[in-house]
Amino acid sequence: MNIPKELKYTKSDEWIRVEGTQGTMGISDYAQGQLSDIVYVEVLAKKGDTLAQGKPIASVESVKAASEVYIPAGGTITDVNAALATAPESINKDPYGEGWMVKFTLANPAELDSLMDSKTYEAYCAGRQ
Amino acid sequence: MTEPTIYELSSPGRAGVSLPALDVDPSTFPPALIRTELPLPQLAESDVVRHFLRLSQWNYSVDKGFYPLGSCTMKYNPKINEDTARLPGFAFVHPLQDPETAQGCLALMYQLQGWLCEISGLAAVSLQPAAGAHGELTGVLMIRAYHHDRGQENRRRMLIPNSAHGTNPASVAMAGMEAVEVPADPEGNIDLAALRTLCDETVAGLMLTNPNTLGLFEENILAVAEAVHGCGGLLYGDGANLNALLGIVRPGDLGFDVMHFNLHKTFSTPHGGGGPGSGPVGAAAQLADFLPAPLVAMIDPGNEADPPLYGYRNPGKSIGRMRAFNGNFGILVRAATYIRMLGADGLRQVAETAVLNANYLRALLKDTYTISHERTCMHEFVAEGRWADAPGVGAGDIAKRLIDYGVHPPTVKFPLIIPDALMIEPTETESKQTLDSFADTMKKIAEEAHTHPELLHDAPHNTPVGRLDEVRAAKQPILTGKLT
Repeated sequence: MNIPKELKYTKSDEWIRVEGTQGTMGISDYAQGQLSDIVYVEVLAKKGDTLAQGKPIASVESVKAASEVYIPAGGTITDVNAALATAPESINKDPYGEGWMVKFTLANPAELDSLMDSKTYEAYCAGRQ
Repeated sequence: MTEPTIYELSSPGRAGVSLPALDVDPSTFPPALIRTELPLPQLAESDVVRHFLRLSQWNYSVDKGFYPLGSCTMKYNPKINEDTARLPGFAFVHPLQDPETAQGCLALMYQLQGWLCEISGLAAVSLQPAAGAHGELTGVLMIRAYHHDRGQENRRRMLIPNSAHGTNPASVAMAGMEAVEVPADPEGNIDLAALRTLCDETVAGLMLTNPNTLGLFEENILAVAEAVHGCGGLLYGDGANLNALLGIVRPGDLGFDVMHFNLHKTFSTPHGGGGPGSGPVGAAAQLADFLPAPLVAMIDPGNEADPPLYGYRNPGKSIGRMRAFNGNFGILVRAATYIRMLGADGLRQVAETAVLNANYLRALLKDTYTISHERTCMHEFVAEGRWADAPGVGAGDIAKRLIDYGVHPPTVKFPLIIPDALMIEPTETESKQTLDSFADTMKKIAEEAHTHPELLHDAPHNTPVGRLDEVRAAKQPILTGKLT
């Protein structure tokens, strides 16, 4: 399972990459593996929307289940990955790259402290196998 | 082996009947409105009969074989149910005729309402809802109306265990409320500590299936009821798994305030493609006034000379109609027949045998498949369809391979809290021979998973069509056929 070291993770299996005050998020390799083939992604937020930490940002549907995705930290959406609408399988193939969901400006970087680092997340995933 | 469509079987000029030549003046219907081209298939009667008989023989049903589809209670449906539903007095009644001329039908519904009250320990029952999820929506709307009636419109959160049927949160959302997940403890019960922290003045209630979808009796049920009632909430019972409790425990005695019954599961009426559902809702005394209107009532108890007179009554604070007329009446006749055929002792025996059969099967399989919890199960249990030393094989592959052996697969990949779940519910109507044979098949498939995994990956092999492409079916569904 791929768990990049430089990212932070949530208990609901989202990842966030932080560059300055800018965050990029998606769902983890573990999450896409659990969901199996993803057939539909709906990003609920639009550019300019401001969301609090933990609010639903997208819903993901696979052949097995439908699941909500939550924003790992509060902020204002600056970009949405429109390509997911026609190529939802990007999340299966490249969850940390082409499978990104939204980019946003962090409202309060201190919220990142509540997230897991890669090591803690790895143990968290192993505990659920 | 494939079957052409009826259009592909068509041959110009062929017909089922030869009509005599027209011997009256043709219609003066405006020519502009007459369709000149209508591509109906042209076939002989025998072509049509054989085509549809072949299709029907491909169908799998509980009349054909074992159908352990967990949480769906695919028990055998006794054929006497069909006899009674076809009695002319039941089959040819019209819902708009004067109730005084449909007294037999109303009497049956009145009695069925009473029997469901007795079975559940609740005060009143509406037979209107047409399916389980429809019953859930009815119950949730009643809970909402109850809180609004008491001026507590802030109660908008419905607590739902993480093993619940997906219809529970969906019903809550449809009723304009918010679903809040409650985790399970390691024993598979509701995590009481987590529940207590969620219980506050914004809670409308908690929806619970008991036994739950792991096939486990919710052992903390009395404490759960106390916590929910303690904060002013109500307890909703999802009756999907009532088959395990019939005649043994009454949900009303456990603290449930409102629940639905799945007549098409517990009470042996046709199910799935076989017929419409029926999800009556029962309510405890404090909620009975909110039931859908109208209920069937005894207007006059009658006397030695005159039989009772049945009609309708509207509960005072009813949420209104949930379905036209009296719900799926033909299904009510079948369920009433089932209850009368078995009686109180028979219903209890249904639950006992259903639980015994599930535990027998669980014991046969537990050394081959990991079982979700090391506990005595109720009417069903959940096994894991995967092995560490058989990589790449999952619950879906086992399910498809079962089709090759002539068995309907169990429910797979649900509940979501168990990886590669196989949810197995044998029901009380299966013999020891059937259960033994199924266990042998499951063990054989486990062996194949280790020695010949391709047999599972490529399954099913013995069906008219092989493994379907689920991803393509979800992404690019073709839902219509072109008539040629």
